[in-house]
Amino acid sequence: MTKNKPVVRFTCPMPQTDFDTITIGHGSGGKLTRRLLDTMVFPLLNNEWLAGQGDGAVLNLHGRMAVSTDSFVVSPVFFPGGDIGDLAINGTVNDLAMCGAQPDFISLSFILEEGLPITELWEILLSIRNACDAAGVRVITGDTKVVERGKGDKIFINTTGIGRVHHGAKLGEAMVRPGDKVIVSGPLARHGIAIMSIRKGLEFETQILSDTRPLHEICRSLLYGYGGGIRMFRDPTRGGVATVLHEIADKARLGIDLDEKHIPVEDEVAGACEMLGLDPMYVANEGLFITIVDDGLAADILGDLQRWEHGAGAAIIGTITENHPGTVILNSAIGGKRVLPLITGEQLPRIC
Amino acid sequence: MKHLTEYRDADLVENLLQQLRKVTTKPWNIMEVCGGQTHGLVKHGILEMLPDGITMIHGPGCPVCVTPVSHIDQAIELALEKNVILCSYGDMLRVPGSGISLLQARAKGADIRIMYSPLEAVTVARENPDREVVFFAVGFETTAPANALSVVQAKKAGLKNYSILSAHVLVPPAIEAIMLDEETRVNGFLAAGHVCTVMGLSEYYPLVETYKIPVVVTGFEPVDLLEGILMVVKQLEKGEYRLENQYKRVVWPDGNRQAVDLIHSVFEHRDREWRGIGSIPASGLFLRDEYRDYDAHVRFGPALASWASLAPSAETVECLSGDVMKGKIKPVECPHFGTACTPEHPVGAPMVSSEGACAAYYHFSSQNHYQEPK
Repeated sequence: MTKNKPVVRFTCPMPQTDFDTITIGHGSGGKLTRRLLDTMVFPLLNNEWLAGQGDGAVLNLHGRMAVSTDSFVVSPVFFPGGDIGDLAINGTVNDLAMCGAQPDFISLSFILEEGLPITELWEILLSIRNACDAAGVRVITGDTKVVERGKGDKIFINTTGIGRVHHGAKLGEAMVRPGDKVIVSGPLARHGIAIMSIRKGLEFETQILSDTRPLHEICRSLLYGYGGGIRMFRDPTRGGVATVLHEIADKARLGIDLDEKHIPVEDEVAGACEMLGLDPMYVANEGLFITIVDDGLAADILGDLQRWEHGAGAAIIGTITENHPGTVILNSAIGGKRVLPLITGEQLPRIC
Repeated sequence: MKHLTEYRDADLVENLLQQLRKVTTKPWNIMEVCGGQTHGLVKHGILEMLPDGITMIHGPGCPVCVTPVSHIDQAIELALEKNVILCSYGDMLRVPGSGISLLQARAKGADIRIMYSPLEAVTVARENPDREVVFFAVGFETTAPANALSVVQAKKAGLKNYSILSAHVLVPPAIEAIMLDEETRVNGFLAAGHVCTVMGLSEYYPLVETYKIPVVVTGFEPVDLLEGILMVVKQLEKGEYRLENQYKRVVWPDGNRQAVDLIHSVFEHRDREWRGIGSIPASGLFLRDEYRDYDAHVRFGPALASWASLAPSAETVECLSGDVMKGKIKPVECPHFGTACTPEHPVGAPMVSSEGACAAYYHFSSQNHYQEPK
């Protein structure tokens, strides 16, 4: 049984345009906007909702639905392993997946900076198309605005997604019980380090790629297999695994005991973190999730997860406990013990 | 990961702890000088594994913690009022000056950029010939060679828009100041491994002899730290005092001569104010006269309001960081700890950097956060 669809990346030569950069007029709503949409956006993303080109899309929905919105401002917009386009789709798809939902529809809003090369926009649109195909989600409405040069950073994207919630999903901190296990779906910190390495011009023996990818299938298969045994999902994006675990401990009014030696971090990532003075527990991820599961099912769930290509590095990293509610304790690899703190703001690299 | 995991080996750690328990018969206070060592001790949970008699005192070796308020104010004024591109190491950004921090100045529109190396700042200067670029040269002997090199390179390239705001401090004078303090409780030192990688061992022999105190040059991983502590305790228990080198895989007796020569060719020693501690004789590195064009103090000094206040640092609430860094009190014994002074609203610098003793205690020390159920 394979649990991974072969990935066929859609490619398409850029259409002929009579402009090579974005200008203020492309956000005017007039002729230039129309030309931009007609030549570049609609041919790539078209479907019955977009074809109407109305002010919005009309949907027939019933049952439990999840809605999530997110804005994407990553810099640089192209990074090892992805770009802002697939990030914007996968980010919202994954937020829905964490609610136990199958993403169906997504909105797509651009804030473009005057001067953005059309070739770059095309690359990003291709990534969006491919990410939508991979996630089985359709862009049903959108918007394009242009800001003056210097008022943006090439391109900002907002996406809002809607999806059907799995019938077996009863998720949330309220479901978490003492004794439950904490599982992480793969190695930590790849996205953040991929971005840092390009921002800082660092080169490693093997290039560290972002882990951006959709997670809904893997999450739904777990819900299908284990129902209420899955207490909750969270994707540890900004602030990393430590921040999410803090939020869980805080909201559930329970403690978490972590086992440092079971926390998966790849050697290259660990090395980069050492060099940069960062702690992988606080570095951002984009294709990773944390799930809290019933203790009795944890071994089976881990086994299932590890059969997925991107779940091979999954591990049970800790246990929910009644002790020290609201606090995450890390049992260090050498047998020590410390509180895993919530950091105040951005993680700043250390001098020494 | 090679060269790292072997120094985080749980069996080796347990073995060292057993030896330490065996040799320790009296209470000893040992100061780890370097903030990187403090960070290692708390990050790996080592403090709570030590035998009861061993107390670690967290020394002044956190460069951002000892940088005077006046320097931070100057950096902020340069960036905010003088249209300077201010380049800095990351962990300097959150440290409060007398008013705001560099991070808050950046939010107000100042052009403040985080760098991993001062050579990046030289590149920024080259790419922005119409802007003044200042590198906030903070650190101990470890960052001094690169900061010196940036000045040499800028001079060689004929750059007229690059300068450094030097807040460099040196370890040996700080150890001396701690030993000269009558109230000091320190029985032995873990000297900073990476500082000695650059400088070698020669500066430490006189300290050992004069103050009759064990000094062990120590690394930063759990096995290093525990071995260093064990070496100090063994000396103390026998009533001996020697300079020993635990960090032999990295520290050579002569250090890095090229780097030392570079430091001496660019910088000279002068008295320097340490935040929370006061002035320590010959403890700072200042640019030599031939490099005065690259000294932000010379270039901008008279034009800045904050330059007038080179007086000792004034904290808004009475900060006891000096007593903490001298080992007179533990962070938790400060009346402001965790109340008026938290990482969100730090009163003093040791609450800011993750290498600062107060922040280390606040973040990591489990005794302040929870109690195991009885």
